[in-house]
Amino acid sequence: MPARAAITGVAETDIGRVEGSTVMSLHSQAARDAIADAGLEPEDIDGVLCGYSTVEPHMMLSSVFCEYFGLKPTFTTAISAGGATACIMLATAAALVEANKCRHVLMVMGDNRLTGLSRSGTVAALAGVGHPQFEQPYGMTIPAAYALVAQAYLHEYGIGRDELSALAVTGRKHAGLHPKAQMREPITLEDVADSRVIASPLNLLDCCLISDGGAAVVVSSSAAARDLPNVQVEVLGTGQGHTHEHIFGAPSLTSFGCADSSRIAFGEAGVKPADIDVTEIYDSFTITLLVELESIGFFEKGEAGQAALGGALEIGGRVPCNTHGGLLSFGHAGAAGGAFHIIEAVRQLRGQADARQVANAELAFVHGDGGILSAHCSTVLGRV
Amino acid sequence: MKPIPAANADTQAYWEAAAKERLLYQVCGGCSHTLSYPRGVCPRCHSGDLAWRESSGRGRIVTFSIVHRAPTPAFKADVPYVLALVDFDEGFRLMMNVLGDDALDTKIGDPVEVIFEARGEAQDKLPQARRTK
Ligand SMILES: [Zn+2]
Repeated sequence: MPARAAITGVAETDIGRVEGSTVMSLHSQAARDAIADAGLEPEDIDGVLCGYSTVEPHMMLSSVFCEYFGLKPTFTTAISAGGATACIMLATAAALVEANKCRHVLMVMGDNRLTGLSRSGTVAALAGVGHPQFEQPYGMTIPAAYALVAQAYLHEYGIGRDELSALAVTGRKHAGLHPKAQMREPITLEDVADSRVIASPLNLLDCCLISDGGAAVVVSSSAAARDLPNVQVEVLGTGQGHTHEHIFGAPSLTSFGCADSSRIAFGEAGVKPADIDVTEIYDSFTITLLVELESIGFFEKGEAGQAALGGALEIGGRVPCNTHGGLLSFGHAGAAGGAFHIIEAVRQLRGQADARQVANAELAFVHGDGGILSAHCSTVLGRV
Repeated sequence: MKPIPAANADTQAYWEAAAKERLLYQVCGGCSHTLSYPRGVCPRCHSGDLAWRESSGRGRIVTFSIVHRAPTPAFKADVPYVLALVDFDEGFRLMMNVLGDDALDTKIGDPVEVIFEARGEAQDKLPQARRTK
């Protein structure tokens, strides 16, 4: 029987303004806690996957981390795919243990964007993903690039302000139930509508947070996982979809690679969207989540916003979504932002989500997207 | 300072033409595909046989955003400004700012024409869009 991949350890650091943190200290704290959560020792880790840092970029981040933390893995590399990084790391870690190349893979990421860079520094650094000749000269920001999608999407499907806002309101409600969330004060539809315009039609409360934070996940072969203490969570399916990098090169403004990535992941897992108990879906902006919920098949095109207004995304709703608050309210610390979705899914499947627990959660769907809805990776996780 | 595009071997002809207020695009000799921006290979059939053509400069707004938060201090004085995707009549797409007194009235589907904005000390020319009636 081929080896299967199990998530055996998860941990995140404090999120938000973490005074005194550095990129590597956030990595290390998350790594130590995730290894301990798995019931392992650092010496047990034979594979290490790192992401990227905007505060202290390095072309060999995984080597920098292994030196700093003190690991000598037999497999390591860094993955850089924007918001899809964490899910692609999980797919890669799963492939490594399924191929018997590693027994225990540590995936670790972190960035101190809030204290390590000024807010304008972060905005400027992120705008660097725009094409240097054909986008950056036009003053494109990341929110503006997503706003181009939002404008086209709202126009095509006749979606209104409140339908976008409902996603932000739901995320904040969930964040209020998570003790580590960066923003926990409830917000209303009016608050989102009245928040200042960043790039029309997106307002401030349509946009993700800027946070310090780190996250780590240990992926083990299911054989090695059997002796470990946590409830077993297996990686049942993964898939990717890639259509473009730059938004002006996207083949469509209303249909994206998440349709492919999720179809592949559901197929591998042998399940369909209706079977999923809890969803943790990349929400860099409200429009990101709206597009993904519809393209992935949880809702028909143009209907996710109305459903959200009716409570469908809430804990106890038809499609519980971003039960930790997501990037909009829990926090967003670079590559770690997407890992928070994975960690929350694991806690839900283990039954460790406390006030946020979705009853009898056995199957979770986690999705990450990088660039401007450019690089997509979907994963299906299940309690065994 | 606002970014000034630095041409490379793929894009040199595009920017040299822009300096003379002409808008060029590429068509593939292998499969007739119209490329969205200049490059050295056709993304559809992977042929390197690409020919330059001159655009009429007329197109339509595919989507737009009015930007209130600038990416860098250089763009601060311009806010709110219009960022748009324009589909030119020949079938290629570019990102542009919509310029002109009525730019903030931009809507999806609006017809536009290319104009050229001088930028930097060397007065490099950047293709931009202006609404037409
Ligand atoms: Zn071709």
